[in-house]
Amino acid sequence: MAEKLKFDLVSPERLLMTAEVDQVTVPGAEGVFGVGPGHVPVMSTLRPGVLDVVENGTEKRFFVRGGFAEVNADGLTILAEQALDLGAVDAADLDQEIKNAEEDAADAKTDAAREEAAERLAKLKEVRAAV
Amino acid sequence: MPSLKDLRNRISSVQATRKITKAMQMVAAAKLRRAQEAAEAARPYAERMEAVLANLSAGMTGQDEAPKLMVGTGKDDVHLLVVATADRGLCGAFNTAIVKLAREHARRLTGEGKTVKILCVGKKGADQLKRLFPQSMVGTIDMSGTKKIGFNNANEIAERVLEMFDAGEFDVATLFYSEFGSVISQVPTAQQLIPAHVPEAGEAEEVDAGAGAYEYEPEESEILATLLPRNISVQIFKGLLENAASEQGARMTAMDNATRNAGDMIDKLTLQYNRSRQAQITKELIEIISGAEAL
Repeated sequence: MAEKLKFDLVSPERLLMTAEVDQVTVPGAEGVFGVGPGHVPVMSTLRPGVLDVVENGTEKRFFVRGGFAEVNADGLTILAEQALDLGAVDAADLDQEIKNAEEDAADAKTDAAREEAAERLAKLKEVRAAV
Repeated sequence: MPSLKDLRNRISSVQATRKITKAMQMVAAAKLRRAQEAAEAARPYAERMEAVLANLSAGMTGQDEAPKLMVGTGKDDVHLLVVATADRGLCGAFNTAIVKLAREHARRLTGEGKTVKILCVGKKGADQLKRLFPQSMVGTIDMSGTKKIGFNNANEIAERVLEMFDAGEFDVATLFYSEFGSVISQVPTAQQLIPAHVPEAGEAEEVDAGAGAYEYEPEESEILATLLPRNISVQIFKGLLENAASEQGARMTAMDNATRNAGDMIDKLTLQYNRSRQAQITKELIEIISGAEAL
């Protein structure tokens, strides 16, 4: 495939990836869709899930939570509220973190701390399910 | 003429001050680097967000159901000023500059017969504005507990602003912060949050590119309904990060000046100390010699 798709993945904290890629699979709120070069302009919200980026035959995966995907004539822009490079985390670490979070939730003294731990746990489980 | 002991005390006191300002300068320099990186890392998101919003609003202008956050309430009577400053002082004119800009803005608006409400982020600005506009203050958000500014902090502020907007408490919101230019230049900036500020020039360009032909998933209005509040969080987040970098930059410069001034002062005091010490020795010698001659 000669033509490439210009792809940007940004979160409020930083720019995670900007490159010319072959194809991206986006977890849209109303269904997963693939974006290749020359895709029709689309604007979609995202649901928590995995973003698959195919670049020169190699695949990169990101976990994204909340945000928007915009496809226009220039390329694809993902504005994620949270984004995590799945290549940088591994399942064993995550399991350990989930265990820690579970313990935190069990140990929490105040309601606020318990809620926070529960929220963190839910987020971690989402990520774990995606790996 | 201060005695030798007084001079010695003053020299050592100024030396201690110089040590402190020097240390503060170093700390500010280290923090500045981190704050600057964070501010620069957040810029792409805010820029992309603006571009997306410009594209979207290009397709929406002229429609009746355009959300209030974008087109405003149609009135221009009550203004909310969100003034973001630092929680700590000793950073030169940083806080004062932001407050001054907000103050002029508020004065102008009240002069035009409009109502002004002020929401402060950060202690220092709140202290100053409370004195000037006691009846306009609607609240203060204390950030002194937060070590590192996260998107959550910005979200909280945005939620508060949106709550007030939904309750119809104001028509126009403006954010005041200091944009980070460099260590020696921080520009106090006013940015309109509500109705959303859409870059005019960008808008025209995007329309040419045929951006009106978007497919929306879900509905366009639904996307705008989530995008616009998000945009406010993002703008506030960007403002807070720029502010944090500016604060450290301003503090670094201020402390650098203070260190230099302390050095000058030590030199002057040491000179004076040596002079009066010599004068005293000479005086004692004269007394001894003239005493011996008198015999």
